[in-house]
Formats: sequence, C-alpha cells, structure tokens
Amino acid sequence: METTSFIWPFTIGLLFITSFLVVIISIWITSLSRIDKSRIVHSIFTRKSLMAIGEVFMESLLHRKIFRKNRMLGYMHMSLAFGWFLLIIVGHIEAWNYYHSFSVPAYKAIFFPYFVPASASTNSGKVLAASMDIILLFILSGVLLAYYKRLNSKLFGMKKTTKLKAGDRIALSSLWLIFPLRFLAESVSAGIHHNGSFLSQPCGQIFASLIPLQSIEAPVWWAYSCSLGLFFMALPVSRYMHIPVEVVLIFLRNYGIRVKKRIGGFSRIQVYSCSRCGICLDSCQMTHAAIKDTQSVYVLKHIRNRNLTDEKLFNCLLCGRCQPDCPVGLELNNLRITQRIESTKEYNSSYEYLKNGKVAISPQTEVIYFAGCMTHLTPSIIKSMKEIFKVANVKYWFMDEDKTACCGRPLMQVGQYGAAGKLIDHNLERILASGAKKLVVSCPICYKVFNEDYSMSGIRVQHHSEYLLELMAENRLPVNKMPLKVIYHDPCELGRGSGIYHQPRLLLDEYVELISVKNEKESAFCCGGSLANIKIHMNERNQIRDKAMDEYLSYQPEMLATACPLCKKTFAKSNNLPVHDIAEIVYMAIHKNKIMNPEEQKFMEKSKIGL
Amino acid sequence: MKHIVIIGGGIAGMESACALTDAGHWVTLIEKEAQLGGKLNQWSFLFPDFTPAEKIKDTLFDKCQERDFSILLKTEVKSVQTHQKKFNIETFGGQKLEADAVVVSSGYELFDARRKEEYGYKIYDHVITSADLEKLLRPGSDLSVAAGKNPKRIAFVHCVGSRDEKSGNHYCSKVCCITGVKQAIELKKRLPEAEIFCFYMDLRMYGKHFEELYREAQEKFDIQFIRGRLSEAAEKMDKSLLIKAEDTLSGRPLKMNVDLLVLLVGMEAGKGTATAAAKCSIEYEDSGFLKTNDTFLFSNFSSQEGIFLAGSCTAPMSVNDTILHARSAAMEVNSWLRKQ
Amino acid sequence: MKDFGYTVIKQRTIDYDQFDGRLLSDVLRMEPSFKTCLSCGGCTATCSANDLVSFNIRRINLSLRRGETYELESEIQKCMLCGKCMLVCPRGINIRNVIMLIKKSILKYKSVQL
Repeated sequence: METTSFIWPFTIGLLFITSFLVVIISIWITSLSRIDKSRIVHSIFTRKSLMAIGEVFMESLLHRKIFRKNRMLGYMHMSLAFGWFLLIIVGHIEAWNYYHSFSVPAYKAIFFPYFVPASASTNSGKVLAASMDIILLFILSGVLLAYYKRLNSKLFGMKKTTKLKAGDRIALSSLWLIFPLRFLAESVSAGIHHNGSFLSQPCGQIFASLIPLQSIEAPVWWAYSCSLGLFFMALPVSRYMHIPVEVVLIFLRNYGIRVKKRIGGFSRIQVYSCSRCGICLDSCQMTHAAIKDTQSVYVLKHIRNRNLTDEKLFNCLLCGRCQPDCPVGLELNNLRITQRIESTKEYNSSYEYLKNGKVAISPQTEVIYFAGCMTHLTPSIIKSMKEIFKVANVKYWFMDEDKTACCGRPLMQVGQYGAAGKLIDHNLERILASGAKKLVVSCPICYKVFNEDYSMSGIRVQHHSEYLLELMAENRLPVNKMPLKVIYHDPCELGRGSGIYHQPRLLLDEYVELISVKNEKESAFCCGGSLANIKIHMNERNQIRDKAMDEYLSYQPEMLATACPLCKKTFAKSNNLPVHDIAEIVYMAIHKNKIMNPEEQKFMEKSKIGL
Repeated sequence: MKHIVIIGGGIAGMESACALTDAGHWVTLIEKEAQLGGKLNQWSFLFPDFTPAEKIKDTLFDKCQERDFSILLKTEVKSVQTHQKKFNIETFGGQKLEADAVVVSSGYELFDARRKEEYGYKIYDHVITSADLEKLLRPGSDLSVAAGKNPKRIAFVHCVGSRDEKSGNHYCSKVCCITGVKQAIELKKRLPEAEIFCFYMDLRMYGKHFEELYREAQEKFDIQFIRGRLSEAAEKMDKSLLIKAEDTLSGRPLKMNVDLLVLLVGMEAGKGTATAAAKCSIEYEDSGFLKTNDTFLFSNFSSQEGIFLAGSCTAPMSVNDTILHARSAAMEVNSWLRKQ
Repeated sequence: MKDFGYTVIKQRTIDYDQFDGRLLSDVLRMEPSFKTCLSCGGCTATCSANDLVSFNIRRINLSLRRGETYELESEIQKCMLCGKCMLVCPRGINIRNVIMLIKKSILKYKSVQL
C-alpha cells in the first residue's frame, strides 16, 4: 500500500538497533572471563534471573533510586521510561485485541490509530484506547519536565547537567519529538476517523476546526516514524545506550559479576550503562575546589569516547561519595582504578631491594601492631596505642616501629597493582613468620589492603577502632565519659571503603558525647587529603577540607574525632578545632584528661570564637 | 591637645606612648594583661649581645613612669567607631574614649608547636620550644626537668611554624635563626659537656652582630650546624628522642639520638592582632599580619586614615626593630595630627 | 638524556650547555609545584623507602635540574608512593605526581629513541 510507506524509517531503525545490540552485547559477553561466563550459565535459570527482572522493573522503568534522591527527577525518568514501556505493551495488546492474533507486526501496533481508522467498537477496545491516551498524557508530562529541566536545572536541585555531543543531540531531539509527534499524529487521525479516546479525540476535533486534516495525516505519521527511526539510529552513539545496556548490566550483576582489575566486557557494559544523569556531580567534593571536569560522569564519557587524559583520570580522591548515589549502581571507583591500572601498567616497580635486603626476623607473637607510614607523623596516636596495649596487658610486636615497606595501598590507588604486589608479598612473609593471630592497624588505608589483598587466613585484621571496642567490651579498658561534644569524621577507606561505621561510634559513645551530623557514614565527607588523587594542588585540598570543616563547625563541637592519621593531619592543619584520633581519646580517658590541659581548653575556647 | 589611643602595651606600645607624650599629646595606652611589656616579659637574654631582657624592660618602664599618660591595664577594646574624623573607642569594661588617632601595636603570638605533631611537643617529655627554654635559661632555673640529669646531646630545630605550608605560615619569622644561635651558646655555657646541633634550612643572620655571633657559636662553642629539615622525632624507651633529617650537604639521611629537642617557634599575627584588625576595620595580609600602605615610606600607615601601626603586628620583628618601628609610628602620628 | 639508566660515567663538571631539559620541562609543566623545592631534605628524611634502601628523593629534583639523568630510571623505581614526604614538605609539593610523571616521561623518551 502506497500510503503506508511511512512505516519504513521506524522499521529500518528498529531492525538496525536490534541487530546492533545483539552484536555488541554478544561481543561484550564473549569477552567476559571464563569464570564469569560460567556464572551466567549457572545462574540463568535460577532465582537470580527473577531478581534481575524485578530490579529491571524497579530501576530501569520506575527509577526508584532517582526517585528517592530527587522526586522531580525521578518522576521525569519514570514517566519517560515506564510510560514508554506501557505504551508499547498496551499498544500491542490493543493490536492483538483488534486483530485477534498475536502475530501482528510491530509497526501495526505502533501506528495502530492509523491502521484502524474507526473508533473502538468493543468495551475492551474502548478501555485500551483510553489507557493509551492516559499513558501518552503521563509521558507528555515527563517530556514537559525534561524541556523545563534543560532550561532551568535548578528546579531539580542539580548543580549542572553534562554537556552534549552531536550523537546525543540527535538522539535527544528525536526523543523529545517522538511523543509530541505521536500525540499530534493520533489527534489528527482521530480528527478524521473519530477513533482515539478522551484526549486525542477532542484535540483532533479542535485541529479539524482549524485546518483540513486529510492533507497532513500522512506527513505527521511520517514525522513520527522518522523521529522513532532517527532515535534508534542515533542510539549507539548517544548516552541513551544506557537504556538497553543497563538491563544487561542488571542481569550480569545479579549473577555475581563485578568489575575486575582489567578493562573487559563487563567494564564496558558499565561504561555504556551510565545515563549521564549527573547525580554524581552533586555529591562530588572536587566541586568545592572548583574542579568540575573530572567527575565520574565525565570520566565514563571519556572512557567511552577513548579520549581520557591522565589529568582527569587521576584528579579524583576516590572517596567513593558518588557511588552510593549512582542510580544505576555503577562501580565508579573500580572503573576508575581499572583505567588507572591500564594507564600505568608499563612502569610498575619491581622493588628488587626488598629481596636483597636483610629482613629482620619476625618475633613470635599473638598480636601485631602496624601503625602505618602516616601514623609515624602523628606520634600521639602511636603513643596512645602503646599506652593502651600496656593498660590492657597485651603483648604485641610493633611491626613498623623502625623500618618497614609500605602496605601497598597507596600504589593500588594510583593503579600500580603490579608494584603493590611486591610490597604485599614482602610484608606478608614477615607477618606470617610471626605466627600472629591478629593484626591491629592504625591507618585505614593499610587496613583496607591488609583486609582485602593479603591472603592470610587465620589472621584477623582489625582497625584499632574495632580492636579498642573489643578490649572495652572485655572490660580491659577503663571507661571514663568526658563531657565533650564530639563529631566523628568517617575516614573514606574505613567507612565507605571497608564498611566500618558503627564500631568507632560505639566506642566514642562510651567516652564522649557524640553528636551526629548531616553528612556522615555513607555520605561522609572526604577530608581532602586522600592519597588517591595525585593531581590535586595543596590549596585545592585545603578548600575541600575547609568546606567539610565549615559543616562540622556549624554544630559547634568541642572536638573532631577521627580514626585515620591522614584525616587527622589534614583537619589539624586548618587549626580551627582540636582534632584527635579515637586512640588518643581512649588515652585521654585513661589518663583523666591528661592531654586536655588548661592550655588546650583555652585553645578550644579560641576555636569557639571562630578566629 | 590631641588624644591618641594605643592598642597593645608591649614594647611597641610603650615606646610610641612615650614618644607621643614627648611630642605634647595626650596618650592612653590599653593593655589586656595585668602588666605592660608584652612578650618581652617572657625573655631572659636578648640576642645578639645577651643583654638581660629585664634591663630593657626596666628602662622602658622607667621611661613610662617619668611621663604622664594614662594606662588601662586588664582592658580590652570592644569597638572602634569612626565619627567625624574622631575615633570612638569602647572597652569591655564600659569605658568610652574619644581619640584623634589610633596606634595599633597588638604584637604577635608564638606558633603553637603542637601543630607540628611529628616533632612531639607535649607528647614527648624532652621536647620544648625556644620560649620554654628561655625561661629555663634564667640563672638558678633547673634545666634537668626538660633535659634530663646529664644531657649528652641537644638539637635545635629551626623554622618550626615558619616557612612551612603545613603550618599555614609561608613567611620567614626572621628572628628564630639568631635566637637558636643565642640559645645554643647559652646552653653550651650551662652544659659544657653536651653536643649541640642546629638543624636549619637557611641561616638568616640579617642583623648587626648576628653573623659574628654565628661564627662565635662555631668557633668558641663547637655548635654544629646541619643543613636539613627535621622530618619527625620518635621517643625511645629511655625517653631520649630519635630524630630524622637529611644532611642535605652530604646528601645522606641522618638519624640522631638526642636528650633534648628545642623547637625554634616562629611568630604569628595571632588572635590579638586579628581582633584589632576586625575592630578597627583595617586590612591584613594572607599571613594575618596587618597590611601597611607600602614597604618603604608608609610602613606605619594602615589601610584606614588615622589608624597607625607599630611593631610586630605588621611583620615578625626583633626587639630593636620593634622599638625603631614604634618611634617612627609616633613620628608619623605627630606629623599627621599637625596637618589636621 | 640519551639513555636513562645506561650511562654510568658521571661528569666531573656539570656541563650546562649539554643539558637536555626535556624531561625537566615536561615535569615542571605538568606539576608546577615542583619548582618550589627548598632542598630542605625533609622528604628524604621521612621516606619509607629510604629506610630500606639508599634512595634520595630530594636529589631527584637536583639531578633533573642539572641534566644528570643517569640512574634516574632505576632510582625512581625505589619509591613506594606512600605519601609521607607530602605530609612533611614545607612547600606542599605534589611529590607523588612528580614521581609518576617522571616514570611516564622516561618511558616516553625511551620509546622515542627506540
């Protein structure tokens, strides 16, 4: 039929995008490791697939996570995604219902009002037609919000949205046109054939009263079909690839597949799943130092476009604040680390000197204490720990009292996994030789690597906040509550990095009056001192710290407590508030305010004035 | 008769009060402490010639006594308002003063050495600051509490809280180098058996007789100078301190066990000067010290007309530089008032 | 600068005219804070690697500035990137970035020569 040739742009687009997706997803899945592939095979017919379907429904369609973060934005995404989904489903049901067959070609369902130029005769047909109008109205409200968001993103409480490239522009424009054009086409057909329902019919009547509709019916359906076809054709080069790829991601994630330390199929799936919603920009503290082009959303875009520079890749604190907020649940830190591994893989050090050097023989011990490199610059923590061990009558070996290799974590943070492995092997040998059962660590950076990357079964790794809590629970530490208002700052590597939020708080609760703040635990600030960022300037670090400090000061605390030597050093440098490690606070309690001498109290009064 | 209010009764305040009284003005000197003299009260002997601080102080006190001006002790300024070319000053005690000119001589504060935690001040027993040592250098004072019974080795650390981004102070405090040399000599006189080392980055012997004193320290007192900044100190079981630095001239790292570590703390504008700046609405620099109109000809002028600056509230200064700066402040105030 | 790590003979005099400053200018361009080194030696004193092997991180600045890049490649390998030096540096130099830049630049110039 001559007049139905308008279906071709849509049909060609649909065929193109379907075959493109099949090919690219197959490539990604075949490039997965053997273990990951077997994970898929073993999980595909289990509950995990049902869970994935549920998650796809909740996240890809309803956008529950965005909804929680920002209702306006959530509604916009939901109306577009879920609305479109319903439109397709209900449209097909309408077609099946009309033709009494399930083998209706897609275009007949999509362009149903054109192919069925008569108003529904059955009750079910009427209900379906009305539903279609309701759904379309629902989507159009979302499209309106999207238009408005482009113009004024403040309504959505977002700092900024990401910049667009040509592919994105084409896809975006066609996406924005699809639904208004559909509405127009349906209304025009309804105006002529009196089909449609409560929305399209009256609108059709109005249009009919303005212009002769016969001549424009075919062009508007053409336009609708073209916008669909164009959208499908632009999809692979636009951010809207996230729509189909996120579904694959959700399934694979439910099968237990995670980003590995190399670039592969799954990391590419993650990169393509980024919708560039820009929510990660809101939580990124780099913006506090006016650094606005290195955030996860940009890095993922650069990875996809293959134009990521070291300046951007390494200008990130890896604090992980953006991760819990990501509505797609991307492993943003791991993706960046994977990229850093790739960028620095050609110059990993071998540390030959560790093999040649004489390693001091490890003494036999139950407990090892590892202070960490940084802790040697905060001797008050070491002194407190020594005193606590003495009070609790613990025999221990202070492994890095004199000279010890670094734990390896700072190397890993910049992607030097090969080099870190050498340090790990060296330290591991010494630890295992001691026959210890427990390794107590003062630095969260060391803690994370000992916990995750040292294979030492039978040795329990504890950060000193966990260890001190344990000692206290065993009544081996004196408890002496001090009348001090204290804020606890979660170190990134201990909190988001290792999930230790409660132990330090339980401990502090016994010694001081802990006050909670808005940004704590999962959304805690980074102090700005992170070793993971090798590009940031010192004054920018200070700006990030000052912003965090300002929030803390607004609660008028008398002391800032933390559990990381680097956080302590960073905050203490601002000289606004006494900053102490948890171990020092326990020490103070043991010695009944020995550290809090009158001078310190004077210092605190000074800090209250806010000089 | 014109009335001038001077904020801060340290040596700068005292000296300019005397000079302005001599010029025939009526002066009120406001001091927050119970006595005049400021930081000079904490020093024992002054570089470069070991003049007892007491002597300078007594002379200044006598000078003040001989002259007729009012002194408000234990008084702090609450507000300074400008009204029709007059300054209305209110104190926390409720006193109200009207002045034709104001001199800010709010001085400095010493760097709090606890901010350089890696040096272990107030953490280790045998780490003290130059200010602590100054008290211990008074005749008859007991050194053994800080230094142990028989200290064999003592180290001085230069630039603590100065020239240091980590302390937030990028500037040079100017006087610590010579203070270190002076104190090293004094310690050596008291403890002839002890080895004394100074760890420095640069030795800035800028003043008259300073270089000579440095030479004397090397020649007569065997003080050893090592070019390298201390990175950290660790306390050993016997309470002695293991310090780490690089001997940069030989290009090798150096470790040393010492019985006493003296931190030569720098000067900061401090709270008093910050408050003065806020009360008088005058500008200050990034360092916190008050901004002078220029470096050469207007070093006593603040950013506000009628408010003058004297002494170490503008920059780190030695005692004699402070006195000279205070005198020039008095002169500038006098000629400005005559023009009014 | 022709062959990092391969020339062993150290010249008696620093021959500034023979100075190939490409590596230095690369590093300074990417990390300007490196210009502000005071040569105080705090970094070397605190260095964790220096506890285990002879490694003078301060000298790297001088070596680069004098064009003495022999042994630079093997020297720079010794750094464990622990970051202690940055907490000590009175000028706030981003030392870890300097190390990474030198590692990368050495590789770049080596591959150009091959």
